[in-house]
Amino acid sequence: MGGNGTGQSILVEGLEKRFGDVHALRGIDFAVPRGSVLGLLGPNGAGKTTAVRILTTLLTPDGGRAVVEGFDVVRDAAAVRRLLGLAGQSAAIQEELTGRENLEIIGRLYHLGRAEAGRRADELLERFDLAPAAHRPAKTYSGGMQRRLDLAASLVAHPAVLFLDEPTTGLDPRGRSGMWEVIRELVAQGTTLLLTTQYLEEADELADQIVVIDQGAVIAAGTSEQLKSKVGGDVVEFTVPDASRLGDAVAAVAGLTDGDPFTDQETGKVSVSIGDRGSEALIEVVRRLDAAAVEIAGLSLRRPSLDDVFLALTGHAAEESAATPGPPRRRGRRARQEAGA
Amino acid sequence: MTTVAAPITVAPTAPPIIRQAGWAVTDSLVMAKRNLLVWSRVPAYIVFTIVQPVMFVLMFRYVFGGAIHVPVKGGYVSYLMPGIIGQTGAFASMGTAISLAQEVQKGAIDRFRSMPIARSAVLAGRLIADVVRMLITIVIVVGIGYAVGFRFQNGVGGAVCMVLLATGFGLAVCCISAFTGLAIRDEESAQAFGLIWLFPLTFVSSAFVPIQTMPSWLQVFARNQPITLIINAMRSFALGGPVAHALWTSLASIAGVLIFFLPLAVRAYRRTS
Ligand SMILES: Nc1ncnc2c1ncn2[C@@H]1O[C@H](COP(=O)(O)OP(=O)(O)O)[C@@H](O)[C@H]1O
Ligand SMILES: [Mg+2]
Repeated sequence: MGGNGTGQSILVEGLEKRFGDVHALRGIDFAVPRGSVLGLLGPNGAGKTTAVRILTTLLTPDGGRAVVEGFDVVRDAAAVRRLLGLAGQSAAIQEELTGRENLEIIGRLYHLGRAEAGRRADELLERFDLAPAAHRPAKTYSGGMQRRLDLAASLVAHPAVLFLDEPTTGLDPRGRSGMWEVIRELVAQGTTLLLTTQYLEEADELADQIVVIDQGAVIAAGTSEQLKSKVGGDVVEFTVPDASRLGDAVAAVAGLTDGDPFTDQETGKVSVSIGDRGSEALIEVVRRLDAAAVEIAGLSLRRPSLDDVFLALTGHAAEESAATPGPPRRRGRRARQEAGA
Repeated sequence: MTTVAAPITVAPTAPPIIRQAGWAVTDSLVMAKRNLLVWSRVPAYIVFTIVQPVMFVLMFRYVFGGAIHVPVKGGYVSYLMPGIIGQTGAFASMGTAISLAQEVQKGAIDRFRSMPIARSAVLAGRLIADVVRMLITIVIVVGIGYAVGFRFQNGVGGAVCMVLLATGFGLAVCCISAFTGLAIRDEESAQAFGLIWLFPLTFVSSAFVPIQTMPSWLQVFARNQPITLIINAMRSFALGGPVAHALWTSLASIAGVLIFFLPLAVRAYRRTS
């Protein structure tokens, strides 16, 4: 399998790319062990698509190198193309053709032969819950179905390495969870996967290793747990329904830790970082609020989320520049509506 | 289904060269079939490739035709039909530019470029499909022509040569259009740009009116531009008469366009990333 005995399926070293004045990649490094999932996480414009395009032989890097299954993506581009599958941000399926026709044509282009291409198309349609829509033009499909068809198309030739560039961007929550389920199944079968996403929750759900990039540079890498531990310990979170008592609540818990509690004036939510003191700190919070006679709702102790990680690493939220609202943001809006009701 | 190792069924080594050459042909045919299938599913495309040339035949035959006098056996309709067929070949190229621009925008070309298919297949498949589309239109236009009084006057051989020349000309214009579509990458701009040069070039030619009726300053251009040469040759094939001079000059101009624009189109395709 390839000329690479190290067990790394994808290896990226010092990768650089410029578009005129824009320094899209400023020398990034990462490796993806065979059979594992790497989440390339970053806001819009971070350089995720550029990295994927270089790895899939569509762009030539200006510096550094990238190797897929032992083949250099520039020198051995033809060999790399025989190993990879790619599904992108915009579904590249032909909308006028039916789902089955789309897959059949891809199969023919992979030289499967007419009968085999048809058989493979049916198999994939079945597997991605598209069989009932197999003979309908793809333009009648929902967004989620189109993405699944696009993903199916990338799998026609059983790729050893799969690249998914923002596979759920623009999907509604149902489409997104459907997509996650499909991706998890794929991964369980041992395909190496590089997935890019703007959604922290998505990387957390699907990836073994996460590489966080911002403005063309890697700013953090590790497992989801490792990244979370960078923010420093657990968080106690509660909501004060009565906005006039918010100040009292903050004053009551302020002495508990070194840092200031974080408050969201709009939702009345207060988060207190409590290090590794766990339930002991939780009890202390309840005692103090009780003593101050502040009524609270929704008290919880949680591990820091990747949102907290991104804020801690970059000083700005991951999705502030994103065009499409992601799940964390949606949650925020809902919370605000409830608070206003 | 429970295998842990990454399944590799596609050989990572390069297949033999003969095999690759064969695939270059079949890949192009698969792409051509895909393009024709798409074309047959979009009513607007069908209207554009069939209804529009038919309207031109009827309009020129019955609306303008009475005012245009030509020294040709069979009258204006005999003069007109080779012109309309030549124009059909030229205008078929608009579809080439529009489709390629669309595919660049949608990311479809990117997807094909990431697959181990022959590099030439996307472009070749497009051109093959467009030539087939053009032939369908030509057959329909000739049928309509026969219904309104047109007759080939130079035998079957002449008719076939005329259609072949129109097709070769259309293919050459499609190459120019493929280049502009890939270079411009925007569907509407590609279409507008096509109209800007195709309209004057086809109308300031011998396609619809005899050149002697134009002002003398325009005659110099109209007489010597390639579309006039090609249409004159087509007319001689269809109606009889001396063909040699017009034929050689038109074949030379078709070859010139192909030699110049085909490499440009291939280069623009390579640079779509
Ligand atoms: N073809 C291109 N020409 C010019 N600039 C580009 C091109 N592709 C990407 N960029 C720029 O490079 C940066 C990274 O883009 P991209 O890789 O698409 O980010 P992401 O996928 O993370 O949103 C952005 O600033 C983007 O505007
Ligand atoms: Mg992107």
